[in-house]
Amino acid sequence: MSMDAVAEAVKTPSSPGGQAYSPHGFIAYFNCFRGIVWREVLRFLHQRERFLSALVRPLVWLFIFAAGFRQVLGISIIPPYETYVLYETYVTPGLLGMILLFNAMQSSLSMVYDRETGAMRTLLVSPFPRWFLLSSKLLGGVAVALLQVYTFLLLAYFWEIEPDWPAWQIGVGQGDDFFGITIPPPFNGYITVLPAIVMSGLMLGALALFMSSVIRQLENFAGVMNFVIFPMFFASSALYPLWKIRESSPLLYEICWFNPFTHAVELIRFAFYGQLNVTAFFVVLGCLIFFLGAAIFAYNPSKGLIARRGGPRG
Amino acid sequence: MDASVKQMSQSLDALNVRGVSHRFGKLRALDDVSLSVPTGSFTVLLGLNGAGKSTLFSLVTRLYDNTSGTISILGRDVRRQPTAALQRLGVVFQARTLDADLSLLQNLTYHAALHGLGASESKRRSIAALELVGLSERAGEKVRHLSGGQARRVEIARCMLHRPGLLLLDEPTVGLDIGSRESVISIVRELAATHGIGVLWATHLIDEIENTDRIVVLDKGKVLYAGTVPGLREHAGADSVSDAFRALTGTTQPELA
Repeated sequence: MSMDAVAEAVKTPSSPGGQAYSPHGFIAYFNCFRGIVWREVLRFLHQRERFLSALVRPLVWLFIFAAGFRQVLGISIIPPYETYVLYETYVTPGLLGMILLFNAMQSSLSMVYDRETGAMRTLLVSPFPRWFLLSSKLLGGVAVALLQVYTFLLLAYFWEIEPDWPAWQIGVGQGDDFFGITIPPPFNGYITVLPAIVMSGLMLGALALFMSSVIRQLENFAGVMNFVIFPMFFASSALYPLWKIRESSPLLYEICWFNPFTHAVELIRFAFYGQLNVTAFFVVLGCLIFFLGAAIFAYNPSKGLIARRGGPRG
Repeated sequence: MDASVKQMSQSLDALNVRGVSHRFGKLRALDDVSLSVPTGSFTVLLGLNGAGKSTLFSLVTRLYDNTSGTISILGRDVRRQPTAALQRLGVVFQARTLDADLSLLQNLTYHAALHGLGASESKRRSIAALELVGLSERAGEKVRHLSGGQARRVEIARCMLHRPGLLLLDEPTVGLDIGSRESVISIVRELAATHGIGVLWATHLIDEIENTDRIVVLDKGKVLYAGTVPGLREHAGADSVSDAFRALTGTTQPELA
């Protein structure tokens, strides 16, 4: 490229304050969104250890923990199941939830780390509205989670864990009829679980985003595991059905019931079998709106918590 | 010059800060700060660590809002017209902000996307910007493999992608060796001179200042002097900029070069 072309390509607007381009309009918004999501995915694919550990974690639970636990815990027939299911089958939606939870907390952690190094500030000096930038960043995190979820489901499929829809649901005009096209099992479940994964991923991501703006000492991932991930994961319906917990402790049952993660897992569990758990849907939706609103408020330049606390260093 | 014309020329400064104060709890970080960066000028913001430089940068980049006074970029108020103001602003933060695992080109096209540019236009501008800082042959390499000075040059290329009228640089030469420092400074001076960009260069290193620069001395949140470099020496009755700085701030700072 000649120097003239270089000068032309990076020249500043000829009149000071002149309009170089317009960031308004749908295409510009789409470009920005695409750029943010693409960066998240690229970064994830380049961090091989993160990809590997994100996959190994649920697989260890599935292959070792669930295999060992199978004889201890009998699962009675509760919706959405219509037959006795193996423990591996029961725990799979919980492990999908675990993938989402770890991914959300990891992206929250990287957000704090980003904030230290300034990459969050690089994002926030973009001329687009802040709610749009933060929402795009969340969707980027969900895109990364989807890669993990479907890789896990593929491996679990070879372990013969797949959604067996009840007979009444299968057939044209039933749950697996997608705009006139009937998708055979188990792929029907892989499609119906998608919106549940996206919604739960967004909800957990919004929670993590809000945490990243409030808590400053998040650098230590062990702390996040102890105080956020483990309590949320164990006090939920991911590993054992809630009625089992009620038998041993009514108080713990209440705690699990008020844990949004329980509802994320149940939303995923029902969606996996082509069904909608209405309570879980509204709880997850409500939490998503609340956490996202709180995160946008916290990052708002005039009202937010950053302004009050002196903001990031550097 | 009548008042309206004066108003007009003032509002077209690359950066215009008027009467800005900011406090965190009891700490007064900025106290009635006013300064301007004319278009095409290289303006040095000289101050020690803790003088309020980073707070000022946070306000101009709208990490949080100024509660008093006005800040405008090429006449656009950052609070009332944030989109128009941020569109005209390029920033190099003190911390390294490139993704080490991504290539130079991927880092730059990400930034272009943040300003709403499409894929092919982003790529075209990114390659041209890398050429400007002499790193176009390394476009496909990971940032991890660059030296500190090269990474800074990539960040300068990055903040030029959306053709800003104002460049903010927050202590951009910290941690660089002498050769890299000189090349970074000369690239930025060149941008100010040939592209008509207003540059605000925050530093505590006096040897980065040239006689033709404009200078703003910030200390404990207050502007002690704003004007030309010879004017500063005269104002403080000192022979050198470092003597003038010490006389104004009343400090004996060993770190001042």
